[in-house]
Amino acid sequence: MLVYYLCLVFFMIGIYCLIAKKNIVRKIIGLVIIEYATNLFFILVGYRHNGIAPIILPNMKGDISGFAAKAVDPLPQALVLTSIVIGFGTLCLMVALAIRLNEKYRTFDTTEINRLKG
Amino acid sequence: MVEILLIVFLVFAIIGSLIAVETKNLLSAVISAGVVGFGTSVMFLYMGAPDIAITQVVVEVLALIVLIRGTIAIDNISIGGPRDTLPLFVALVFFGAFVILGIFALSDMTQFGKPMMRVSEYYLNNALAETGASNVVMSIVLDYRGYDTLGEATVLFTSILSAFVILRRHGKKAVSEKDLEHVGILENE
Amino acid sequence: MSKEKKKNEGMTLITKTITNSLVSVIAMFGAYIALYGHLTPGGGFAGGVIIACSFILLTLTHSKNISLKIFPDLAASLLDNIGALGFAVIGLLGFTAGAFFYNFIAKDEPFGLLSSGTILFSNIAIMLKVMAGVFAVFVGLSIWSRIVSDTDKEE
Repeated sequence: MLVYYLCLVFFMIGIYCLIAKKNIVRKIIGLVIIEYATNLFFILVGYRHNGIAPIILPNMKGDISGFAAKAVDPLPQALVLTSIVIGFGTLCLMVALAIRLNEKYRTFDTTEINRLKG
Repeated sequence: MVEILLIVFLVFAIIGSLIAVETKNLLSAVISAGVVGFGTSVMFLYMGAPDIAITQVVVEVLALIVLIRGTIAIDNISIGGPRDTLPLFVALVFFGAFVILGIFALSDMTQFGKPMMRVSEYYLNNALAETGASNVVMSIVLDYRGYDTLGEATVLFTSILSAFVILRRHGKKAVSEKDLEHVGILENE
Repeated sequence: MSKEKKKNEGMTLITKTITNSLVSVIAMFGAYIALYGHLTPGGGFAGGVIIACSFILLTLTHSKNISLKIFPDLAASLLDNIGALGFAVIGLLGFTAGAFFYNFIAKDEPFGLLSSGTILFSNIAIMLKVMAGVFAVFVGLSIWSRIVSDTDKEE
């Protein structure tokens, strides 16, 4: 259970970085840390003691129920695969917005980017 | 044995993310975030998820490239000005409440190492017979739950298209232009 | 005279020689991971990203315009659309056998390349889509030049 609490600390560092920093690129780094912590938590939930990866090898072909008793949970891994790729897509969009904001306002400070028009 | 290794790598990742949050130089912060990504990828390998480890390493290298392009675009780094304290104080109060509720919620979870595989029993027993694929994770992603993959392809398509449109004002030579009164995405060259 | 200028831009000669030999190996490795996704770990997403990384390596060691000559941004946009539409069409063709996304191709004996029906073609479609999308983002971020407007603040 210590692993779960350490994962919560990891998530909290990301949220602190998102709230308390003023630079836009640092806020983006905070969001990236939150995504890493969330994906890690999903895989931690699905782990089995001394488990093997859920891939059927040719010498296990006749003994499927033995394989099912030893394998790690494959369903959270399918969800995390989707989540990693979507995280990359949103990171691209955030960095594109930050570059355009920098060209318009000449700074990365969020307390100066406070006009909604344009 | 695996648990001790997981805790070591998790502490390493926490130290790396603390460096990424607190250091003054922006380029060092981005590189520390990349190191944290490598640490989580090694953790995925120890937990029996090689699919995820490959995808995490490759996507994290690309995220480093994109973030470095974002940080070298700046002219002035200095962020000064007084720190406004009241919103920060309110945010930290909610932060503390979230931590306490999180600890209560995590103490009710199943024990680490004994997953309750209600749906996955069916997937593990029948994946080879029904779909013919040996990689059970791939058969879940592309056959049993293929509709979610269609949604994910749509999200990736839309976000890359929007990033493309936002960055589209490339020019052949530098022109001195005024900001336009009406903003349209077809105002090009 | 312009040939001399072309030889001097980019990285050193050692890096260029190694890159010329290594780019095709990286692309082939990415295609292997994507095509055999139903037998070994990997899948379409990781394979597509690896092939895009080979193009990025080519751009970093030679000049900026060489990857636009090999793989123009119009072709990247076209491949992106073909990949996304191909995946949706594979799902719609499942209606011929009963349901949306039904695995309707006949299955071979296991551990072979054609052993799992539509999963192989879905991996190919996703590989094309991710490769073209990631390369388009790289072109938009780093290869296009940016105009910087002369006026500072808007009225």
